[in-house]
Amino acid sequence: SYLSVVPRHKRENIRSLTMSGHVGFESLPDQLVNRSIQQGFCFNILCVGETGIGKSTLIDTLFNTNFEDYESSHFCPNVKLKAQTYELQESNVQLKLTIVNTVGFGDQINKEESYQPIVDYIDAQFEAYLQEELKIKRSLFTYHDSRIHVCLYFISPTGHSLKTLDLLTMKNLDSKVNIIPVIAKADTVSKTELQKFKIKLMSELVSNGVQIYQFPTDDDTIAKVNAAMNGQLPFAVVGSMDEVKVGNKMVKARQYPWGVVQVENENHCDFVKLREMLICTNMEDLREQTHTRHYELYRRCKLEEMGFTDVGPENKPVSLQETYEAKRHEFHGERQRKEEEMKQMFVQRVKEKEAILKEAERELQAKFEHLKRLHQEERMKLEEKRRLLEEEIIAFSKKKATSEIFHSQSFLATGSNLRKDKDRKNSNFL
Amino acid sequence: MDPLRRSPSPCLSLRPSSPSTPPCEMLGPVGIEAVLDQLKIKAMKMGFEFNIMVVGQSGLGKSTMVNTLFKSKVWKSDPPGLGVPTPQTLQLHSLTHVIEEKGVKLKLTVTDTPGFGDQINNDNCWDPILGYINEQYEQYLQQEILITRQRHIPDTRVHCCVYFVPPTGHCLRPLDIEFLQRLCRTVNVVPVIARADSLTMEEREAFRRRIQQNLRTHCIDVYPQMCFDEDINDKILNSKLRDRIPFAVVGADQEHVVNGRCVLGRKTKWGIIEVENMAHCEFPLLRDLLIRSHLQDLKDITHNVHYENYRIIRLNESHLLPRGPGWVNLAPASPGQLTTPRTFKVCRGAHDDSDDEF
Repeated sequence: SYLSVVPRHKRENIRSLTMSGHVGFESLPDQLVNRSIQQGFCFNILCVGETGIGKSTLIDTLFNTNFEDYESSHFCPNVKLKAQTYELQESNVQLKLTIVNTVGFGDQINKEESYQPIVDYIDAQFEAYLQEELKIKRSLFTYHDSRIHVCLYFISPTGHSLKTLDLLTMKNLDSKVNIIPVIAKADTVSKTELQKFKIKLMSELVSNGVQIYQFPTDDDTIAKVNAAMNGQLPFAVVGSMDEVKVGNKMVKARQYPWGVVQVENENHCDFVKLREMLICTNMEDLREQTHTRHYELYRRCKLEEMGFTDVGPENKPVSLQETYEAKRHEFHGERQRKEEEMKQMFVQRVKEKEAILKEAERELQAKFEHLKRLHQEERMKLEEKRRLLEEEIIAFSKKKATSEIFHSQSFLATGSNLRKDKDRKNSNFL
Repeated sequence: MDPLRRSPSPCLSLRPSSPSTPPCEMLGPVGIEAVLDQLKIKAMKMGFEFNIMVVGQSGLGKSTMVNTLFKSKVWKSDPPGLGVPTPQTLQLHSLTHVIEEKGVKLKLTVTDTPGFGDQINNDNCWDPILGYINEQYEQYLQQEILITRQRHIPDTRVHCCVYFVPPTGHCLRPLDIEFLQRLCRTVNVVPVIARADSLTMEEREAFRRRIQQNLRTHCIDVYPQMCFDEDINDKILNSKLRDRIPFAVVGADQEHVVNGRCVLGRKTKWGIIEVENMAHCEFPLLRDLLIRSHLQDLKDITHNVHYENYRIIRLNESHLLPRGPGWVNLAPASPGQLTTPRTFKVCRGAHDDSDDEF
């Protein structure tokens, strides 16, 4: 039997249909939400900033928890990234939150290589996802997504301008991750200085072509508030988990002799704005941008680097799979060759070792022979001596025997004379 | 041997497995909950897609059922096959509509299969249907493996196949069994007893039990599949459904007045069969399953299980699958395994839409 299918482009005469009654698919968003609740959410934040600038404290304050206790050292030889994952739950939403911190950023004397470990880490997460996606038997829906959804860049509150390191780092990160710059420890900057500082920072970013994350303004419900917030960047934040009594409430604050800086007071700092934007309003958009823009860019570059194209020579579409197969073949061939090489090397080494051992054995044998010979000689010498000694002993005993016989014969012949003689001899002797 | 029967659907847990992470206590509200609203806004903006296929012999009321489900005339003219002599070949006919309810936009695609099981010799009548389903998977796969991909890949994959069983009252026929066995491995299948108004309540129950028995004997795993139940709540809910499947349905798209109310129903000399009355038929159960409660789940299983299975087979043994236009021959087939390539001919039938060639 033959098949006839209405071609797709014809099918796209999509008409709107009016329904004469209630069908019930308005529950679809709820079905989707329920599924997401079952699956749980994943959010990964990268904090970039110098040691001691307040990254951990800010994260603690943002999520209203005490995540970690100890302070980092200032003496790391290079920048390292440290990731920790936590499970948070608010009503029925389960969030798997991963915080990645840069340890030792800005501490080195030579900071040329500072940004590279960060870029490498972000790429590594993309790579892991790409590997999973390219597998034949894959499980994307159970994959723990470790890709960085947002990078909080902590700017030092100098009040002047961006540091060169900051510009360099952000320039290298802006095509890989959503960057939200924040002014850290903003309680050290006065209000007027702050305004000037913010303007200066933004103009520097713009003039250097750094693309920071813009809160989306395409949906009517949040467009207005997002647009307003875009104008307030970078957020000047203060973090603190210490509580101070203000009025009759306990609030999170930093207490100074000259006053109390309240974290959640919008007149004092932009912390509330950051929390609103980051978590309550745009968390989903940050995740989506990461997946549809940054990850896709990485994937495209990586595949093109590996030699894949969508359109081959003669402009005919080329299947990714074909090229992939060819590459796989090549890879197998390469691997086999390497295996052979290693085998050969192994055999060679074994031979060499064997030769060395044989040589040692031979030497040992020679030594043994030599020693044996020496012993032999010694023994012969000793034998000789013994023989001589024994002969002497025999000769001596003979002499002794003969003298004793002679002595007893003389005594029997002249009994008394001998006694007298003997006495005389003895008295002469005494 | 039909290569599509070879590998069964693996039953996987669809809940993500997490690395062991310490749970943390938050000392106060943070606002994480708001992400649910963000999701809703995004979903409303993007709209939803749903693709349904109805399969069954002519005259079982498939087209009417579709109209009843979506409370509108889905087919712009009289449904194909009505009043027209039985088509000589199996045709698949797809129509897409956008419907909106309370701000939620749904792009609905219905694929009908007039001519299924109508021939004298129905050998392999499931092949074009399987071919169509696989072609949708293939199109999605091709889009997915491009270097420069679209932000949102249009989803034409069949999310649910409603299979109409004729109300013989006895048991499943060989054609039904063959078809269901093959299709359950590729797509979510929901069997229904069509035209159930020709059976009494007792006959319906007996028929239903016998069909359930048949399904068990032949290892046909219809939707909702037991192995995808996530937790105890799912199990309870789905077990109730599984007990009533196949639903005994009646379709009607005409309104009548009953006791002062306006209802959808079929008017006969001995009474009016109300479609939405649970005492008369189980249409509400079907509607609730397909639209109100399990739509997202149907899509998820299609995407996470059926599509992935297709992808695995495709990437491993590409030369054994039926080919279609635009498919790339990835590996040269060994001489003994060459399948005759399927040729696609256009059937210039009674429809205006289908007069283009590939």
